[in-house]
Amino acid sequence: MATRNYPRLWALWIASTLLGIVILAKVLANGEDKRLFMPGPLSHGHHQIALACNACHVDAFGGGEVMEGACEHCHGEQREKPLDSHPKAKFRDPRNADRLTALNVLRCVTCHVEHQPELLKGAGYTQPVDFCFHCHQDIGDNRPTHAGLGFETCNSAGCHNFHHNRALYEDWLLRHQDEPDLLPVAERGLPARDFADVLDQLMDYPRKAYPPQPLALADADAPPAARGDAIDRDWLETSHAAAGVNCSACHQPTDAPGEPGAWIDRPDHSACAGCHGAEVDGFTRGLHGMRLAAAVGEAAKHPLAPMTPADARLPMQPDARHAALTCTSCHGAHRFDTASASVDACLGCHADEHSLAYVGSPHHRLWQQEQAGERPAGSGVSCASCHMPRVDFEANDWLERILVQHNQSATLRPNEKMIRPACQHCHGLGFSIDALADPALIANNFRGRPSVHIESIDMAKANEARAQAELQAELEAN
Amino acid sequence: MKTLHKLSLTAAVAAIAAGTFAVADMPQEADQPTVTPRAMADALHLVMDSDRAVYTRKIVNRLAAKDKVISASEHYDDDKALVLPAQMFRYGAEMVAERAQDKPDVNFSYSLQSLWPVNKQNAPRTDAEKTGLQYVADNKGDNYYAVETLGDTKYFTAVYADVAVAPVCVSCHNEHKDSPKRDFEIGDVMGGVVIRIPMEG
Repeated sequence: MATRNYPRLWALWIASTLLGIVILAKVLANGEDKRLFMPGPLSHGHHQIALACNACHVDAFGGGEVMEGACEHCHGEQREKPLDSHPKAKFRDPRNADRLTALNVLRCVTCHVEHQPELLKGAGYTQPVDFCFHCHQDIGDNRPTHAGLGFETCNSAGCHNFHHNRALYEDWLLRHQDEPDLLPVAERGLPARDFADVLDQLMDYPRKAYPPQPLALADADAPPAARGDAIDRDWLETSHAAAGVNCSACHQPTDAPGEPGAWIDRPDHSACAGCHGAEVDGFTRGLHGMRLAAAVGEAAKHPLAPMTPADARLPMQPDARHAALTCTSCHGAHRFDTASASVDACLGCHADEHSLAYVGSPHHRLWQQEQAGERPAGSGVSCASCHMPRVDFEANDWLERILVQHNQSATLRPNEKMIRPACQHCHGLGFSIDALADPALIANNFRGRPSVHIESIDMAKANEARAQAELQAELEAN
Repeated sequence: MKTLHKLSLTAAVAAIAAGTFAVADMPQEADQPTVTPRAMADALHLVMDSDRAVYTRKIVNRLAAKDKVISASEHYDDDKALVLPAQMFRYGAEMVAERAQDKPDVNFSYSLQSLWPVNKQNAPRTDAEKTGLQYVADNKGDNYYAVETLGDTKYFTAVYADVAVAPVCVSCHNEHKDSPKRDFEIGDVMGGVVIRIPMEG
């Protein structure tokens, strides 16, 4: 009996297989959601764009070079000097051929393997942490302070990072070696934002269409149906009206100068980019806005919907789960209240331990006092003070301005990246390094003092003393 | 020695040493293999060495040492200072490596190394580098040429003495805390420029 059924079973098996192949091929070719094919979960930094496989896998038949190009498309700026102390250019010389065999640092995926979270050794990297050995095995000879230290300790908090060492290099440590935990009052505070002061030097600013001169309510060029008392008031009382930015600047974006486009009730981030391109660029590189990045949008079957707290892996406020993250999510349309965007907007969604501990913290008290007018501008510490810091930004070849870095990921991991653009505005370097190496202190939002001490500055001082003693001895000998 | 990319050598020397031919007007003779790897390396070095000497003398030495209107610093970005001559040289080498990726016919690399490096990563690593740097230090005025295989590629390697051409070279190295040699004088060989040209095979 059984032998007579074989043909039918075979036919059923073949038909099922073919049907399965057709379904999978259809999903692969046309499906919006291809996570079915994902070999493993994405990392903390990429899970937001899981629906845009092609953002990284640019070409189904491309090799590692193609993928490498995708990495650099989004992260390339971070791999340039002076931000990166190990730029690729260092390793292209043929004299490093043997080193590349041991550790091919020309490929991002050598250290940042995706879809295999079980390989993660730390914040986004998958390489065994003793990789520094390949090039620096004799470090103990040149730095007696490092003799005997295990290579797995190189990238301990506050010591070294492979890429970003802007706050950790030896001469920087020495320059700031004697700073107090809290800088003198006169030296504390954030740099003032200066966008309004430099408009006349920004090439792309639409100054002809919207001259930077204050506008009155009678100047508003929105159609009556789009007007309202609250909208009028918010616009009139804030910086856009003061800077000559009329309703049409945001609601009727156009590529043709002098020719307003069609009215858009709810402009997206691209409208903001007309004047605030660097801010929007940062936003679309960070975890908040990366779904809206042009490269991601082009890679997805359909443009991705904005990130929502519901899609986040961090704890979020339940009632904010479905808030779509765009510029106005935090800034609020028409009012564009940067103070609210700096704290209230963050805490409206984020509900992790660190965020919840902010309210009532020393930083928060300073913020409240600044908002109450009891302290000068820039003396308070909001969420944005640290996570969206004000950084020096080269707007063009002749202008450096203060930019609010809207890519909150740019200074988040490893957290020493935050020291210079944030901590050192108010705190000494040694205190800052210790504080960021203390997970408990970070969790309680810096209520107290660091319970750990990182020896970076001590080692730098010891090396400096040794070198100066050697130099003095040689001078005396000669 | 196997055949080299003589076409590429000709093009590279023409582009780098002369830099004035427009492609549309390039005569047929420009494709003739007339430049040896040694001549190409010598020509490249002549350009590199001259550019750096000009930067050292006319920019750093004049503005930092003589006129004292700006300093030169290893941490030029933080110090708002001039890049050091050695950094200028290295950044040029890195830019060449970056740009040459898209031009396989114009393929060479160069680096600045020393038997007494401030940064230990710039000490010689290959046998040709070690021998060459010692040779140019011991035989001032002579260059060193060799063929070596690195990875899967054979290279023509040339080493040229790097001489202290200005007081700032000497003072910076003699006073740097990581310098293993602090008795340099003007005119001393402080290191060497290593140029590599890949060969077929």
